[in-house]
Amino acid sequence: MSMSLPVSMSVPAGPGRRAWRRLRRQKTAVFGMAVTTVFLLTAILAPALAPYGLLDIGRSFVPPSATHWLGTDSLGSDVLSNIIFGARTSLIVGVFAMVTSSVIGITLGSIAGYFGGWVDDALMRVTELFQILPQFFLAIVIVALFGSSIWNIVLVIGILAWPVTARLIRAEFLTLKRRDFVEAARSLGMSNRDIIIREILPNALPPIIVNGTLQISGAILLETSLAFLGLGDPNVMSWGTMLHNAQEFFNRAWWMAAFPGLALFLATLSLNLIGDALNDALNPKR
Amino acid sequence: MSLLVFVIRRLLYIVPLLVCAVTVIFFLVHAAPGDPVDYIIGEAGADSEVVARLRAEMGLDQPLLVQLWRYVLQVLSGNLGYSLVSSAPVLDLILERFPATLLLMASQYTLSAILGVLLGVLAARRPNSPVDTALTFLSLTSFSLPIFWLGQMMILAFGYHLNWFPIQGMSNLREGYTGWRYALDLAHHMVLPVATLTIFNLGLIMRLTRASMLQVVGQDYVKVAYAKGHSERTVLLRHALRNALLPVVTVVGLEIPGLIAGAVLAETVFAWPGLGRLTFDAINSRDYPLLMGMFIFISFFVIVANLLVDIIYGLLDPRIRYQ
Repeated sequence: MSMSLPVSMSVPAGPGRRAWRRLRRQKTAVFGMAVTTVFLLTAILAPALAPYGLLDIGRSFVPPSATHWLGTDSLGSDVLSNIIFGARTSLIVGVFAMVTSSVIGITLGSIAGYFGGWVDDALMRVTELFQILPQFFLAIVIVALFGSSIWNIVLVIGILAWPVTARLIRAEFLTLKRRDFVEAARSLGMSNRDIIIREILPNALPPIIVNGTLQISGAILLETSLAFLGLGDPNVMSWGTMLHNAQEFFNRAWWMAAFPGLALFLATLSLNLIGDALNDALNPKR
Repeated sequence: MSLLVFVIRRLLYIVPLLVCAVTVIFFLVHAAPGDPVDYIIGEAGADSEVVARLRAEMGLDQPLLVQLWRYVLQVLSGNLGYSLVSSAPVLDLILERFPATLLLMASQYTLSAILGVLLGVLAARRPNSPVDTALTFLSLTSFSLPIFWLGQMMILAFGYHLNWFPIQGMSNLREGYTGWRYALDLAHHMVLPVATLTIFNLGLIMRLTRASMLQVVGQDYVKVAYAKGHSERTVLLRHALRNALLPVVTVVGLEIPGLIAGAVLAETVFAWPGLGRLTFDAINSRDYPLLMGMFIFISFFVIVANLLVDIIYGLLDPRIRYQ
């Protein structure tokens, strides 16, 4: 049940199916899904789609034209190809950071919510502390100290973003653990571990799915922000690094800033639109 | 519990939080690859005598907990170390730049709070109407915008293309204005960065106001106010909004770290001489003491700002104080 969304959607009836129907009715959600699909395909097929390789260097500052649709940058590399390769980086960072923070958040949140008492108190204090620390600056310090490889960045974002997930899961567990089906499972002699994973967790997932889409876009924005400040992985193409480089050449190459940022904006906007629509669709109250 | 006790209790809360922030930084530096001395000397390297002296000065030969204790005391006494680049005290560098950031944050915050609350009320007036749908879409757009890109596009459009506003810095140094001419010049320079930040933050406040208004308008006292024959305008603004603002205040308090992060990114784009520019330069010269000091200073600022939000909340809603 902790499978991906499309699986639960293909079930003939039930909440997943209803949510999918509601989702299709919203124009903004359809737009979000269409753009996200393009983003996913671009990221996966990057080497096949990009008209130029990452190392192909030509004339610099060529404006958008037939040979270079979105122009070339200060080093003479093709902006469109860089955007396509950047999509891959953004997708990797977004998805893996979300998975990292979800694993930490779901584990800690369900333990806190299920067992309650001092365990809950202790875990919630840690969560509050994490939330009050200025995460962006903490990320800057960590990446500056430990290096800016892409996996470092994924880890940092994942470790900083879990408290929201933990709080959501905990709140769900607090209400769900008092329901009859949990009592029934307990009287059947199920272990705590099985009750948490098999009985409660599947029912606590809807808010986590919504939160997950928002965390992907949040992680993409954070990675590009770090790269924009000069903390990008020098070995991979990132939209943030492209915007960082564009900053110097504003007056002569507007296309260096305009297009990578537009791609970034469309990617985060469409993920947020999906998250918003999912929130409405999965929430039976509305 | 009286208000005074409430405030004092909250004030005492600052110290442990700050100690936690300092501890986090301390362990990060010790866990990082290489010797902590490297982060003080930088990549330039130094001869072994200097390194030995630094190690003794920093007490690196002491047990870890002793080192932590000394570091916490040092930070709490206001010493955040020295910059690698300019060798000036980190705290002085930060305090010198802080007013410029504060000016930017205060202006954009006032603007986005006023506009956000007004648009939020407008959206909540007729839920699911075309106006509401449009405003909801607008708010989602607003916080999906990468703030540094938004700033760059503002510069391209209103700076380079239309040439309406200056695109860099805080004032025109060549003219050397004083008095009200200086203020006018400053305001002119502030338009683009403040507009960028406002567009970015507007969405969140609008969304929160809308959600919290929708919860309030169903309540009895709002119905009573309508029944008494008040106009919609009076009911919404005088009765509903007052209570709807409470959750908005809390969540915005939680967003303060995000607001500073946004300000730092926008400042970098507009070469605004505040903390953002300082951070940017510190990153590019790998000025570790400055970056660490920045983190501690901003943690302190966030903790104090949250405290103020709590106190304001306690003043607005007496129920909180008695919990």
